Amino acid sequence: MTVAGLLPIALLGGVIGLDTVSFPQAMLSRPLVAATLGGALVGAPAQGLLVGAVLELIALETLPVGASRYPEWGSASVVAGALYASDAGSAVGALVAAVLGALAVAWLGGWTMVKLRQHNAVVARRHQAALDAGSRGAVLGVQLSGLTADLARGVLLSGAAYAVLVPAERALLTHWSLPEQWSRAALVATAASVAVGAMWKLFHSTPWARWLFVGGLGAGLLVLAAR
Amino acid sequence: MTPRTPMPPARPPLPLRTRAAMLLRLFAIQGSWNYETLMGNGIAFCLEPALRMLPGGVHTPAFKAAMARQGRYFNAHPYLAAFAVGALARAELDGETPERIERFRAALCGPLGSVGDRLVWAGWLPLSSLAALAAFGAGASALVVVITFLLLYNAGHVALLVWGLGTGWRQGMAVAAGLGHPVLRQGPAIVGGAAALAAGLAIPLALARVVGAGRVLLGEILVAALLGAVIVVKAQARIEGWRFALLVVSAVVLYSVIR
Repeated sequence: MTVAGLLPIALLGGVIGLDTVSFPQAMLSRPLVAATLGGALVGAPAQGLLVGAVLELIALETLPVGASRYPEWGSASVVAGALYASDAGSAVGALVAAVLGALAVAWLGGWTMVKLRQHNAVVARRHQAALDAGSRGAVLGVQLSGLTADLARGVLLSGAAYAVLVPAERALLTHWSLPEQWSRAALVATAASVAVGAMWKLFHSTPWARWLFVGGLGAGLLVLAAR
Repeated sequence: MTPRTPMPPARPPLPLRTRAAMLLRLFAIQGSWNYETLMGNGIAFCLEPALRMLPGGVHTPAFKAAMARQGRYFNAHPYLAAFAVGALARAELDGETPERIERFRAALCGPLGSVGDRLVWAGWLPLSSLAALAAFGAGASALVVVITFLLLYNAGHVALLVWGLGTGWRQGMAVAAGLGHPVLRQGPAIVGGAAALAAGLAIPLALARVVGAGRVLLGEILVAALLGAVIVVKAQARIEGWRFALLVVSAVVLYSVIR
């Protein structure tokens, strides 16, 4: 893999990773968007969207609440979208391998966010005297330092993950033995389990929610039957 | 019963340029989020364009004292923090005492956090995702799915920021009245109901599209998904859903490779 091939993925992963919390939090970092953009970067947005949809179902339960630690889906989804959309996308088991890669990177990304927040505290402490004196420059400097560090975090994470996962996926797929239909069935059943579980956790106390869910499910199944 | 803070006298809106600068900075309010002051520095960062309007400008003790005060610990939902930024700008420019501003600041944290988490993270975000997943399941192109999600989600996101900043500025330290608005009180339940309906519709459609032409094994997948969901809910205190997915997908990969 060349640096020229890796750089766009790393840069996109950085921008999308920045969106997760720091700027602009417009949810470009949701898997549906980030994986599609990752796929688009290697010329196949529809493949990226497919892996993004599976990851979005799993990510539904993630609430990016304040100090809690959660997976960083943005950079991970860019990597997974690009991985699946690259030539490995046509291989049996590639979708499962891309989702597994994304889950691992999202886990690692969550850890890097904790480290970033600790680093931000160190930077703020270093400027404590100026901040206590109301220095405008210190406030702007601490803010820009945090934003820059987050961008760098996303670039490094995405670049390293893609560099490792492309050869790892190719090696894995040469030993893959499950038929594609069974691989996909196991994957989507797992993603849907997490999604339905997430909906239960979020809305079981909302009045009428379970009946609305059942009504929607009935409508969805009717649409499927009518096709 | 605690007496309500009276509404401050009407004051002209902030200059457009100042409001635009504050709004833009609100998108980066969590840029230096850390475990000690949380988004405190971000609040000072967002308020800075308004504080420049203090008599004498940026080189005065009043400006520096306000910047130092606003950079301390603060916690809120990042979008609803716009209410705090507007109200704190008004309080500083109205010349409220530091003690009153600090008490007011501390009192805002709880409500702005819990309401925002329920309305946005646990309501609007899943609803927007599910609407986009329904579009995906209906066969929409990648561009349509992405635009559906981003437009829907960010319509709510930007509206909250603009509304919060304006309401905070108009109501100043009486902004608690603004937090009693029906959108914030009843919104989470209404959005939650809509998201539950969208979930029922979107999940089977999205599954069918991922499974692909012929929908092989779709019935088995739906049954397995419902059984899996029961496990996820029952085990929620011990394992998060994404970790459950990581375990199961790892097992599938391992089985496929070693069998």
